[in-house]
Amino acid sequence: MTGTGANLVSFLAIGILVGCGVTLLLERSLSRVLLGVILISNGINLLIIFGGRPGGAPVAGVTDPAAMSDALPQAMVLTAIVITFGFTAFLLAISYRSWYLDGDDEVPDDIEDQRIKQRAARKEVSTVDFGEEPPELDPEQLDAPAPGRRRGEGPG
Amino acid sequence: MLVLLTLHLTAAIVAPLLVRRWGPRACYPLALAPAAAFGWALVRTPDVAHGGAVVETYPWISQLGLDLALRMTTLSWLMTLLVGGVGAVVLVYSARYLPADAVGTAQYAAVMVGFAGAMLGLVLADDLLLLYVCWELTTVLSYLLIGHSAERRSARWAAGQALILTTLGGLAMLVGFIMLGHHAGTYRWSEIAARPLPEGTYLVVAVLLILLGALSKSALLPFTSWLPVAMAAPTPVSAYLHAAAMVKAGVYLLGLFAPVLAGVAPWRPVVLVAGLATMVIGGWAALRQHDLKLLLAYGTVSQLGLLAVTIGVGTADAALAGVAMLAAHALFKATLFLVVGVIDHGAGTRDLRKLSGLGRAAPVLAGVAVLAAASMAGVPPLLGFVAKEAVFAAFTDRPVVLAVLVVGTVLTVAYSLRFLWGAFGSRPGIAPTRLGRIPPTMLLPPAGLALVGLAAGLAAGPVDHLLRPYAESFGPVHAHLAIWSGLNLALGLSVLVLAGGAVVFWLRRPLAPALARVRAPVTGQQGYEWVTHRFDRVAVDVTSVTQRGSLPQYLGLILLVLAAVPGGVLLYIQPWQYPIALWLTPAQPVVLVVISVAALLAVGARRRMTAMLLVGMTGYGTAMFFVLYGAPDLALTQFLVETVTIAVFVLVLRRLPKRFSVRPLWSSRWLRRGIGAIVGLTVAGLAVAAATARHARSISEDFPQLAVEQGHGRNVVNVTLVDIRAWDTLGELSVLVVAATGVASLVFQRSRTGPRPRRLDVDRGEVLAGRPVWLRGGATLHERNRSLVLEVVTRLIFHTAVLFSFYLLFSGHNAPGGGFSGGLVASLALTMRYLAGGRYELAEAAPVNAGTVLGAGLAVAVGGALASMFAGGEALESAKIDFWLPLVGDFYLVTSLFFDVGVYLVVIGLALDVLRSLGAEVDRNIESSGGRPGVLAVERGRGRRR
Repeated sequence: MTGTGANLVSFLAIGILVGCGVTLLLERSLSRVLLGVILISNGINLLIIFGGRPGGAPVAGVTDPAAMSDALPQAMVLTAIVITFGFTAFLLAISYRSWYLDGDDEVPDDIEDQRIKQRAARKEVSTVDFGEEPPELDPEQLDAPAPGRRRGEGPG
Repeated sequence: MLVLLTLHLTAAIVAPLLVRRWGPRACYPLALAPAAAFGWALVRTPDVAHGGAVVETYPWISQLGLDLALRMTTLSWLMTLLVGGVGAVVLVYSARYLPADAVGTAQYAAVMVGFAGAMLGLVLADDLLLLYVCWELTTVLSYLLIGHSAERRSARWAAGQALILTTLGGLAMLVGFIMLGHHAGTYRWSEIAARPLPEGTYLVVAVLLILLGALSKSALLPFTSWLPVAMAAPTPVSAYLHAAAMVKAGVYLLGLFAPVLAGVAPWRPVVLVAGLATMVIGGWAALRQHDLKLLLAYGTVSQLGLLAVTIGVGTADAALAGVAMLAAHALFKATLFLVVGVIDHGAGTRDLRKLSGLGRAAPVLAGVAVLAAASMAGVPPLLGFVAKEAVFAAFTDRPVVLAVLVVGTVLTVAYSLRFLWGAFGSRPGIAPTRLGRIPPTMLLPPAGLALVGLAAGLAAGPVDHLLRPYAESFGPVHAHLAIWSGLNLALGLSVLVLAGGAVVFWLRRPLAPALARVRAPVTGQQGYEWVTHRFDRVAVDVTSVTQRGSLPQYLGLILLVLAAVPGGVLLYIQPWQYPIALWLTPAQPVVLVVISVAALLAVGARRRMTAMLLVGMTGYGTAMFFVLYGAPDLALTQFLVETVTIAVFVLVLRRLPKRFSVRPLWSSRWLRRGIGAIVGLTVAGLAVAAATARHARSISEDFPQLAVEQGHGRNVVNVTLVDIRAWDTLGELSVLVVAATGVASLVFQRSRTGPRPRRLDVDRGEVLAGRPVWLRGGATLHERNRSLVLEVVTRLIFHTAVLFSFYLLFSGHNAPGGGFSGGLVASLALTMRYLAGGRYELAEAAPVNAGTVLGAGLAVAVGGALASMFAGGEALESAKIDFWLPLVGDFYLVTSLFFDVGVYLVVIGLALDVLRSLGAEVDRNIESSGGRPGVLAVERGRGRRR
């Protein structure tokens, strides 16, 4: 074990942030989902940063390299923070769009999935392209006989 | 050989151009490609005539040990002749068969030539993987050819069925190939054949898998169903794919492997049972068809069964008979298909109940058909007779097989007669069919093929000589191909078969009820439909169980898996047994309390604004942790981002209802909190594990030195971003650009690049003369929405803030700061302008398109990366440029600064897009709609507005 910044306080902070974030994430309101995402990303950023070694600011000439905090997780987290901002803006725009279309920002159940559920209940299949219309009904049935069906017509 | 393959590929590529210029006549020049293959094989005949091989090898994917290994022996020589010769003939025929104005001719011609090339590759490949690639190429191209009339359901259905069944077999075959190749350590068949075979179950499984491929490709039982359905293809396609080329691929595979694998336990039973059953059932089915093409299709099925038996049985005499039969079948069956094409083309039908008197109307065509059908029935002196004699002679020592072969051949004779009678006979009560003039380019191809069949039969001696080397690979050959081989059992059987076939044909009326009744209890067609239907049902059932459509359910499941799997591992390794420090500094617990209280309150908050502010507080708390940890860059960025986030949130929250809606999930709140607690615990445990997991030296310990020496900067974090890990940052910039564009496209209903409101297309009358103007856009706001203090403060600090952002940008290489924090400060300055002065003020402050800023940022970043490449370094490598400036003195510039400028611009572009979308555009929307949501939600929206 070479030194990391991990300590009890950081573990508690990570756990509480992620736990609260997950609770919010499981909501249906997009605003709450978004707040959950922000809490979770704060927690995970802390997790990453505390994986490295704490110390002085990582600026050469100011801090002795031996006493510097680990720069690699900092660079990772820095991009993560900004990406979270982009993500936040995007989810906010979706909330707005959802409100604009439906009057609220709740995530409804997916309609297509509902349809598949109904289909399963009615014992249907999804593909209707095949086998529904016998080829005899084809308007241009010149070049394509249907062997399986023609057989029933008897011998010649 | 590679030249030939390239020639086919080139022809396929230029085919659409030629067709556009010449229409279907472009098939004439395209026929040169397969004709060249035919000619080449003819020229190289001496090389293979005595059992030699023509070998060419080109390196291809050396990492996989995969070479373009091509090898022509007698069997592949014969196949090349057939594939090239029949291919050229069919293309010539197509030129007149296809209507001049038909759509899809370009695709047809290209795919046809491409198919000929793929088929050529298949028969010439020595490397099994190359063979497999060509095999699947023919599958895909045949899919396109069968589905040529894509507007017809039957054609799509037929194409899909052929694709699914042959791919199924092909994949199984691939596994078999890999098993053989893996064991031998090479994929060259010529080398595998020379090495000892694997033993036991391994070999049995490999052989069965390979047989699966051969059976499916050659439409042998139980995969017969796709071939009759594939008659939906244009007739020339059927003549080529379903007579001469593709269906022969399975037989070719049997012929290629039989010398080595025929002795393996499952080979003979599988091949003999499948082949014989297919032969009899196919022949029986052919007798009841009314459609001439279907009659031929079932005839082909039957003959493929015969070919599989003779070539697959693995004796030298049978092999000789088998390859002769292979050639004979390709010649007569292609001829007959082309004859049917002529009839269909001229008469508009192929139904033998509607045709009458064609024999008299088209005597030459009838003559060609008689020649080919006689070869099929085994009438001397045609090649079909010679081959069939040899087949009978080769199986005299297997009486059961021979008996079934005789039955199958009787049926063959009967349906050959039925074909001739159906196509050319006269039926009382039906008007004579008019055929019109047959174009010579449609008559010559079938005539030529039929005559070759006659010539080859007469020249049985030389043919025997040419084909003998293949049979010799099985052992000594006793049989001879000949028209007259003396009075023996085979001759007697030939006479018997011809007579029997005539009798069966003669008895067609009494036999009719039996033909109608006696059939397989389940047709392949029904079986295929049943299987695919079951698959669809299972897919729907599984989907309906797993895809419930509820986002919380999906997320909950994913998170529970996170808790269960890594959490379970945590319980096992118990990382908490190491000593853990309580805290880093005493200030940490204070921050922890603030964060915890804020996060827990945020979970329960009922008002959006409250929840948002509480979450923001955890963000600031996180920033405090960064400060205490020793990460000033992070803390700076986190503070700035948190502030911008809150501002953007407020912009959206003014539209959304103040409180969260009455929650349908209220009842499950404890479940959600439970999941939250478990996941929180798991992640905390992961943090403990991560903290105690390091045993090796971190690579980042070299970063400070690298930053100074190679990145020419002292701020290690910044140098990491713009130099050491610059590719990551470039990826991140792309994400930001995408997010910004996404935000804009979600909010803007019109184009976002249209002219923005520049200042005063509004009434200026309200601006009182003499009253100081702090912000020009301020006058456009309603008096109630204005805040003079804010305007003054903004006016005072805007430029300072922008200057500060420049400072952060330029000094970031050596001190905390950089493109990200600089851009965020500039974004905050813009946000203030917008908040104080409204959307007109925003347009004043940044009179450029957000998209332009984003694009410029990305371009500068990428340009900087490329610049260092042009300067001789690697992409994104930093270089230091020293120069002297007046007043400043010695000065240096690091090229990665350009990259940071790109970052700076992208961040500003993102903020600008967000402000424009969620700010200005939403403002406009409020003004024009009076604060209502869209039309769909007007009813619900009204209820919530106050």
